[in-house]
Amino acid sequence: MPDTGIGASVKRKEDYRFLTGKGHYTDDINKAGQVYACFLRSPVAHAKVTSINAEEARKADGVVAVFTGQDMADDGVGSLPCGWVVTDRHGDPHKAPPHYPLVRDKVRYVGDQVAMVIAESLSQAREAADMIEVDYEELDPVIDMKSAENAELIHEEAPGNLCFDWELGDKSAVDEAFSKADRVAQLDLVNNRLIPNAMEPRAAIGEYDSGTDSYTVYSTSQNPHLLRLILCAFVLNLPETKVRVVAPDVGGGFGSKIFAYAEETACTWAARKVGRPVKWTAERAESFLTDAHGRDHITHVELALDAGGKFLGLKVDTKANLGAYLSSFSTCVPTYLYATLLAGQYTTPAIHCNVKGMFTNTAPVDAYRGAGRPEATYVVERIVEVAARELDMDPAELRRKNFIQPDQFPYQTPVALNYDTGDYEPTLDKALQMIDYTSFSQRRAESERNGKLRGIGFSAYIEACGLAPSAVVGSLGAGVGLWESAQVRFNATGTVSVFTGSHSHGQGHETTFSQLVADKLGIPYENVEIVHGDTGQIPMGMGTYGSRSLAVGGSAISKACDKVIEKGRKIAAHLMEASPEDVEFKDGHFTVSGTDKSKAMAEIAFTAYVPHNYPEGVEPGLDETAFYDPLNFTYPAGVHIAEVEIDPDTGMTEIKDWVAVDDFGRILNPMIVEGQVHGGIAQGVGQALYENCVYDSDSGQLITGSYMDYCMPRADNFPTFRVGMTTSECTHNPLGVKGCGEAGAIAAPAALMNAITDALDQEIDMPASPEKVWRIAQAKIKQAAE
Amino acid sequence: MYNFDYHRPNSVDDAVRARGGSEDATFLAGGMTLLPTMKQRLASPSDIVDLSAIQDMTGVCEDDGRLAIGAMTTHASVASDPLVNQKIPALAKLAGGIGDPQVRNRGTLGGSIANADPSADYPAAVLGLGATVKTNKREISGDDFFVDMFETALEEGELILSVNFPVPDKAAYAKFPNPASRYAMVGVFVAQVGGETRVAVTGAAPSAFRVSEMEAALSNSFSADALRGINIPADGMNSDLHGSAEYRAHLVNVMARRAVESLS
Ligand SMILES: Cc1cc2nc3c(=O)[nH]c(=O)nc-3n(C[C@H](O)[C@H](O)[C@H](O)COP(=O)(O)OP(=O)(O)OC[C@H]3O[C@@H](n4cnc5c(N)ncnc54)[C@H](O)[C@@H]3O)c2cc1C
Repeated sequence: MPDTGIGASVKRKEDYRFLTGKGHYTDDINKAGQVYACFLRSPVAHAKVTSINAEEARKADGVVAVFTGQDMADDGVGSLPCGWVVTDRHGDPHKAPPHYPLVRDKVRYVGDQVAMVIAESLSQAREAADMIEVDYEELDPVIDMKSAENAELIHEEAPGNLCFDWELGDKSAVDEAFSKADRVAQLDLVNNRLIPNAMEPRAAIGEYDSGTDSYTVYSTSQNPHLLRLILCAFVLNLPETKVRVVAPDVGGGFGSKIFAYAEETACTWAARKVGRPVKWTAERAESFLTDAHGRDHITHVELALDAGGKFLGLKVDTKANLGAYLSSFSTCVPTYLYATLLAGQYTTPAIHCNVKGMFTNTAPVDAYRGAGRPEATYVVERIVEVAARELDMDPAELRRKNFIQPDQFPYQTPVALNYDTGDYEPTLDKALQMIDYTSFSQRRAESERNGKLRGIGFSAYIEACGLAPSAVVGSLGAGVGLWESAQVRFNATGTVSVFTGSHSHGQGHETTFSQLVADKLGIPYENVEIVHGDTGQIPMGMGTYGSRSLAVGGSAISKACDKVIEKGRKIAAHLMEASPEDVEFKDGHFTVSGTDKSKAMAEIAFTAYVPHNYPEGVEPGLDETAFYDPLNFTYPAGVHIAEVEIDPDTGMTEIKDWVAVDDFGRILNPMIVEGQVHGGIAQGVGQALYENCVYDSDSGQLITGSYMDYCMPRADNFPTFRVGMTTSECTHNPLGVKGCGEAGAIAAPAALMNAITDALDQEIDMPASPEKVWRIAQAKIKQAAE
Repeated sequence: MYNFDYHRPNSVDDAVRARGGSEDATFLAGGMTLLPTMKQRLASPSDIVDLSAIQDMTGVCEDDGRLAIGAMTTHASVASDPLVNQKIPALAKLAGGIGDPQVRNRGTLGGSIANADPSADYPAAVLGLGATVKTNKREISGDDFFVDMFETALEEGELILSVNFPVPDKAAYAKFPNPASRYAMVGVFVAQVGGETRVAVTGAAPSAFRVSEMEAALSNSFSADALRGINIPADGMNSDLHGSAEYRAHLVNVMARRAVESLS
């Protein structure tokens, strides 16, 4: 029998259904009497809507209804809220203009929802949408963040198109550090805008049951309870008891499916209006236009160093694009999830960061794999590299010199976080050894002989994940708690159903969580079934993002298992005529020390449901719920090293080797962890070399609106990633785990860009497209010839 | 997608009749280009004439030192065809480098050249080998076939039946794929065929074109070095997000050299 315990690379049980086409996604669900919605979207980036004439559309074949923002307003439908209040430098909350599911007066980006058409068939809905006449009084679109402050106003509520002007850190300490510095390294950089591109487009079905006056919403959500909360408490004003949200199999999210969007809101509301289930599935073009985009920062960074290379201070100025409206968590991503990570793995004593959040006439921007932390890592690891070059120091040694040392943990950074544990040098050493750093110069010479440019680049990243302690995030402005729930239910015959508030959309929870429960309860792995994604079945939970599922969700499961064991102990003690204190639980059996008495877990479960011989005062049943609110974030960290070879004739960059050594704490399933690392690196490489969301700066049209122009990385773009692990266990959760889902995407861009700039000996912004690289390489060749 | 009438004739004559001379009707080959445009409602043909039931339009046969390839032959069939691989391996390689497996299994030679996408691969081979396009009405020399961006010498309702490729002494194709779409950003087909040296370029300009200066240089000395210093003017080259005119002009030389190098 294959090993299914903790630490075994158990094959993912969910993959059987995914690979055989038996997955069950939102669009696979069809309801009796269902009608189809399509959204008429704004073709222009910025305009007043002076009139909408839908008369003809309403009369068109098969049309059930056409709704506009006015219909929603008449029904008292509210605005989609932003769930995190950021307090700016002057003590004011961020500007929070309304975001209505269907526009009321203005359109603010290409793709904005102008009207909703519902018809018997999708093509009828689309045809009718074409018949709607909308008068737009066009305004100048605001696309470029740099000039946004003096441009046309997007929201009355936000003068200068500024959402917030926020800061973190001690500015005077930083100024003092800079005044004493021997060296200051500087860099201007762009963290390019990305489109998430989950394989499954967003989809929703709203269903209303007039008999019970209740709604069921099927939606591609990473956090069904959060969606229910937003729909009920903020937008539609419904009791939560009347709304069930189901997020069945979900084909990837990368953050983009955390948020509450206009479409599922509109489908839910409209289901009651038309008395039929209303279904909407995004076309790929709609995904490009309207899924919340990621990143999009411009930053100036300065690092002060002493003559020996010790970091003295770090100064960061960032403009972050928030898009046209505030998506659910858009405000916290470029602030608390960003600036707090600027210490990296280093002892930099003084750090200050200023972030201006800007509105523009582009799609909303929100969390995307890593959310804020890749942006921070990119700033820190790029400027460290620049400093190493300026000081002519080995970049590995400069990093080593500034690492927080093992005896300094718990380590309080100057930017609010308290790292519980870490051990950075062994990780660096292992990575250096794996890449065979000492012979890099030979490889470089070899490349040169072949007319190629070779470079090596490091990224010593850290992330704060396992989001996270409710009290901490609450004090920083979060509108929600970030605990997690789990219910562990023994069935009478010894199988276990686990109801988790985490949501799997590719992460393999059904496997990892089963391993965890089987190990804790000493029962066969096959006997465990994981249930998630349905507010009608699971306890209130917070969902999956921020690499939190195992660290927070898994900890809740572990605690629920502890409760099951504790209750089981009482039942076992009764059956074995011993006192509970003398009963031990190990490997699925309760035993009485010093005797050969033993009861298997399954027997105890059976007794709990058939309590004929049962302890007094103990409730029947074996079904326990636990909530877990962590004490701190977890801090996975690691070192990635990339080696590239550039063809100066074409500008093509080939990744020759990639080493990732990560410290994720305890590992439950190494194969799944490695897969998460691979996927993360792939996305990070995508950002550095290929992906780039571009809007036309004059018209505000999305230029990269399809795969013809938006360049996704493909398998043949990658070498075989070589993954290594080091381990320092998390000190504050019961599993000692840290989380691994975002690490690759956080680490990779800096490693790759450091390698490319090393090869070119010149700065270049992401994405390092062939033409950009070629231009630099050509200039270099010309220079060398002169 | 808008509604349309669907026809699936069994013969060339029936196909031409069903298609008629109207602009509103259209042939359907692999549908790899046509269907997405219809789905996006950028095209709304009144009638679709599906060519897939016409047997004489598929397959490869050898005829007097030439390979005649049916217009409905898919890219995958060309890539794996033993005769093509034996006689014109560069053509098999070109077809095998189009799009992805799904596209190669559906997309056809006729559809590709009829569409005349500026970044399609086949035009480089049609020009580079001096092929002849055979239609229901006439034979069109490859040199005259591609007129402009998405524009060919075909008349309204004219049906491509096959393309006749002369078997070259040597031929090679080097492609610099657009990183996003993987169509040719620049593709160069180099051949020595019938005592002639041909260099044809796709992707770089609105329409595939030949480079006489390179042809002359290679006739003199068939080596990559002979091409050094022959710069294509950037004027009139395509320019977009992925590559400026200048970059494309530069790549023409690089890809031409690589094609020649691959033959030595
Ligand atoms: C994802 C993707 C990637 C691609 N990558 C590449 C690539 O790398 N390189 C490349 O070259 N191409 C690429 N293509 C295009 C592909 O080669 C298609 O096969 C080609 O565009 C059209 O061929 P088709 O058979 O699908 O034609 P269809 O889409 O069926 O037809 C296209 C047009 O040609 C007309 N037509 C078709 N057959 C005939 C005929 N026999 N006579 C007259 N008119 C005819 C049709 O009426 C229509 O107007 C790609 C396509 C896709 C979708």
